[in-house]
Amino acid sequence: MSPTIIYTIISLTGIGIISGVVIYFVSKKFAVVEDVRVSAVEQVLPSTNCGGCGQPGCHAFALEVVKTGDLNHLHCPVGGNAVMKQVAAILGIAAVEKDPYIAVVRCAGSFEHRKKTNIYDGAVSCKVAATLYSGDTGCAYGCLGMGECVDVCDFDAMYMDEKTGLPVIIEDKCTACNACVKECPKDILELWPKGKKNQRVYVACLNEEKGGTARRECAVSCSGCSKCFEACRYDAITMDNNLAIIDPEKCKLCMECVDTCDVHNIITANVTPEKIQLANEQRLKRKARKEAEKKAADTNVNPTAP
Amino acid sequence: MSIQQHLNPKTFSIGGVHPEDHKISAHAAIAVLPLSKMVTIPIAQHLGAPARIVVQRGDSVCVGQIIATHDGFVSSNIHSSVSGKVGIIEPVMDSSGFKHTAISIRVKGDDWDAAIDRSDTLVEEIKLTPTEIVGRILDAGVVGMGGAAFPSHVKLTVPEGKHVNHLLINGVECEPYLTADHRLMVEKSKEILVGIRILMKALGVGKAIIGIEENKQDAISQFDALLQHEANITVEALEVQYPQGGEKQLIQALLHREVPAGGLPIDVGVIVHNVGTTYAVYEAVQKHKPLIERVITVTGDSVKLPSNFLVRIGTPVIDLLLAAGGVPEDTGKIVSGGPMMGKAIADLDVPIAKGTSGILMIRKSESMRAEVYNCVHCGKCIEACPMGLEPYRLLLLAKKGNSEKALEEHVLDCIECGSCSFVCPSNRPILDYIRLGKTEARSKKKS
Repeated sequence: MSPTIIYTIISLTGIGIISGVVIYFVSKKFAVVEDVRVSAVEQVLPSTNCGGCGQPGCHAFALEVVKTGDLNHLHCPVGGNAVMKQVAAILGIAAVEKDPYIAVVRCAGSFEHRKKTNIYDGAVSCKVAATLYSGDTGCAYGCLGMGECVDVCDFDAMYMDEKTGLPVIIEDKCTACNACVKECPKDILELWPKGKKNQRVYVACLNEEKGGTARRECAVSCSGCSKCFEACRYDAITMDNNLAIIDPEKCKLCMECVDTCDVHNIITANVTPEKIQLANEQRLKRKARKEAEKKAADTNVNPTAP
Repeated sequence: MSIQQHLNPKTFSIGGVHPEDHKISAHAAIAVLPLSKMVTIPIAQHLGAPARIVVQRGDSVCVGQIIATHDGFVSSNIHSSVSGKVGIIEPVMDSSGFKHTAISIRVKGDDWDAAIDRSDTLVEEIKLTPTEIVGRILDAGVVGMGGAAFPSHVKLTVPEGKHVNHLLINGVECEPYLTADHRLMVEKSKEILVGIRILMKALGVGKAIIGIEENKQDAISQFDALLQHEANITVEALEVQYPQGGEKQLIQALLHREVPAGGLPIDVGVIVHNVGTTYAVYEAVQKHKPLIERVITVTGDSVKLPSNFLVRIGTPVIDLLLAAGGVPEDTGKIVSGGPMMGKAIADLDVPIAKGTSGILMIRKSESMRAEVYNCVHCGKCIEACPMGLEPYRLLLLAKKGNSEKALEEHVLDCIECGSCSFVCPSNRPILDYIRLGKTEARSKKKS
């Protein structure tokens, strides 16, 4: 073996050993002490860095949750209660259960129902179009249909339906990270409680115009007729600005309102048509009974009447 | 600075573009448009707070009667432009593309307020004091008629500590196709001069310059002849370049002064008024006539009768289109304003407002935008920007929603002239995104 090779091996080994020793001492001296719980929490988090919790990413969430030790205001919507239970176990505090949410599309104005009144050929961006004018259909409240919400979804939980021109949310994939909700300039996307047995009911319209105008703009718009409002036994529906709004907190998912809507714009998820039909029959029966009672009462009050 | 400025005619030094001017209605004398059956008068035709409605459905009104009063200082009075009965008051689509509250009036006869002098006699003597002049302009609801519709009385109220030494009259009309100001200058030059003297008296300034682009020779020579013995008012011919009608560009072109970023012309001792506004001021002060009508160009390459109409505020656009020979079959887009800064309208019932300068019918073949390609970083938008901004960068920042950085890049100084989009070889929607960036930056600044 030539001496060159031997010297090379010796000198490189020497440099290696010296560097190793230096690195060892430096790492001891300048070690960053991080709470072990932070990395433990980060391990159980979904690592999607979606920002749905309000923090810039999963690491920031872990830091924050370890720092504050408060699970009331910090909740990972992607991991849900299962992950939060693990986080609570790591921190040694009681877990806080939160109802899971899902994004819903509160516009039903498809191409068929909401005719285009003009052609928009500006920048392909709902936000730009929304600053420019009220939209390419008569309705100033509806979906602009350029799919920016789909672009921001990190979970492939949305797609644009080519037939309707509206975004569709894939239930199994949506994590309620709020990204699409923040993106929509028309506030059509909204986080909604996923509901018992994943059942939920909402009005897919935001048009605040008076009934006639709203209907002219979109065939399935809420005209504010109040039929659903009258049908609700739990005061879960309020009428505001010619628009019916269902309060998911109060809604008992009885589905009695669903069939009252003339334009079928009370949208349900995971509810069988049988249940809706049954609920409607019950409602009609109750209504008939009440009318009969009222009639009877009227005749009692006024016995001279024929 | 460049040698260019010392040569005659003058122009501004940064950026600018040269679109073809297409002033096809330049020789069409101003014609009075017949009254419509119904007018719809929006209560927010100006910058600032919308006016407060003071009439009710069913009320009878006459021409010149106040139907909505100014709400606060930066606001404007709205007068009825017709006589008749007040109809429904509800939000209607206006030329902004959004619904705003408007008062509809069913026209009956043409009864004018008795105080208004409807004769054509020129009233030269200015009897009012400066304060009275500003008061009269406020009462008459005069706003800037160049497009932005900024209440004129606000501009005439010089804040304390500021000093005005020049009044500039904007007769540039740099937007292609539009000829409303041009016709007004040719037909009402004497009235405009009285208007200028009124404005000079109100502001207490000794010098006024009328800036006119050299493609309007008849207007320039007419003013030249009238101003032969006038030392304080001069006419300057300007090289044809867009957007010379922008206040800041006009000041730069005529006085070589640069308005500081985020500042107003008054910061450099200048007030700019449009010729249309000057004429409205003359009518308000000398004739007691509020701003109830304005000159509007109705034009387009395929339009049968490109015209300039004197139109009552609130008239639906469709009536103007019909008066100009109807909508040509090859029309693809109808724009309120000029082709550079105007806005396409989506509804033909949109009412004419105080700030509407023209209605333009663009052919189908020219109306759609071309395919968008990637930015090639050619820098043409930077060269064209009259405000010295970097439009391509502002587009990217707006796309990313980075309003902090956009504010640092002076996004709010953008005058939305559209020169960047006009020159972009990749047809990128630069101004569209900058507008979005401006909206976001403004809300960021507020919070």
